[in-house]
Amino acid sequence: MREAWLRTAVASLVVCAAGGALLWRGTDGFRALTSEQARRRAIARAPRVLPPVALEDQDGRPFTLGAYRGRPLVVDFVYTQCQSICPLLSEEFRRLDRAEQRSGGRTAERLQLVSITFDPRDTPGRLREYASHYRADGRAWRFARVRDTRDLAPLLQAFGIVVIPDAGGGFQHNAAVHVLDAEGRLARVLDPDAPPEAVARAAAASSSSN
Amino acid sequence: MSGGPGAAAAGTRARAVPLTGALLIAVLGLPAMRDALERVMVVHMLVQIPLLALAGALVAVALPRTWKSRIAAWNAHGVSGMLLALLASSWWMVPRALDLALAFPLMELTKFVSLPLLVGAPVALSWPRVGGIGRSFIVANVLPMWAVVGWLYIAAPVRVCNFYLVGQQVAAGAGLLGASVALAIGAGALAFLPVSPRMAVSAD
Repeated sequence: MREAWLRTAVASLVVCAAGGALLWRGTDGFRALTSEQARRRAIARAPRVLPPVALEDQDGRPFTLGAYRGRPLVVDFVYTQCQSICPLLSEEFRRLDRAEQRSGGRTAERLQLVSITFDPRDTPGRLREYASHYRADGRAWRFARVRDTRDLAPLLQAFGIVVIPDAGGGFQHNAAVHVLDAEGRLARVLDPDAPPEAVARAAAASSSSN
Repeated sequence: MSGGPGAAAAGTRARAVPLTGALLIAVLGLPAMRDALERVMVVHMLVQIPLLALAGALVAVALPRTWKSRIAAWNAHGVSGMLLALLASSWWMVPRALDLALAFPLMELTKFVSLPLLVGAPVALSWPRVGGIGRSFIVANVLPMWAVVGWLYIAAPVRVCNFYLVGQQVAAGAGLLGASVALAIGAGALAFLPVSPRMAVSAD
């Protein structure tokens, strides 16, 4: 009987050690219980290289995110018919844009904002209307879509954005403010309602680091 | 030769139980079935996952007696087995685990292996060996944990799973909360209701 208890104690210890280690690893030390938390921690640890996807803005002008290298850049993902999280994100970008206008910094240091749609229904015309609603000037803050729809999935995957259709003909998606570094890599992910100063600081730090 | 019709029926039953378990895993693994059960979060959490554990339990109860006694030698009063089941099942309560299973085939395979092998089978082999106090302790810890997780799913200000809508998350939380309350009522009834004479005789 005593021997059985001893073996059970050994087995229990092994189970606790192995199970605890796996749970610890699977949740980043119990700090990432959701995929979104895990995504943010993984990006902060190792910035992600983004695919060179061709975009076009609300005026139909082609560009890539790589063109912003060396300048502070933040990116978010929205769609114009969104009634839930996107207006919150766009309002956050408007606050950021206004704060930058007020600070009147040098052009090279001016925070750049790009809002990318994943909704194929969003035409440049629709993006222009949406941009005008949020008073985006189309230069420091651009709304964009992929030029080739086949590029959308790799772009979303690189950012870690999961878009699922909802019952109302719209989408639900993980929402955040994405900060790119001087090499055009995805370096930080912040909350959609992060204070503008914190976003500007993170973007400035990322754009000046290598 | 021993036995007769009764023994033959018992033999058939003994073979049918593990076969049912194996068949259940195979059916749950069919792509169409996986798609149907994983499309809705509450079904994923409260139907597919428990059924996978149940399948493991059905296979485990039919293990040869020698295997069972070898396992039992390391599982006095079901302690190590129940620990294993509790740890393994707690992983599948983590929202990230559900997302990973939907995003990566390897994690989906891990789910199909771990739930029968590390949750269902250990419970089937351990629960009968756990004493009354041990059972009360497990029930008193597991059910509140489910209720808390359920409440967190309902009250969370954000979507906890990238692959499920907010409404599904709330439904899954309500389901977990409801299941824990229902099981608590069931456990209370078993503990406090008088045992009928027939059950008492069969228990002897």
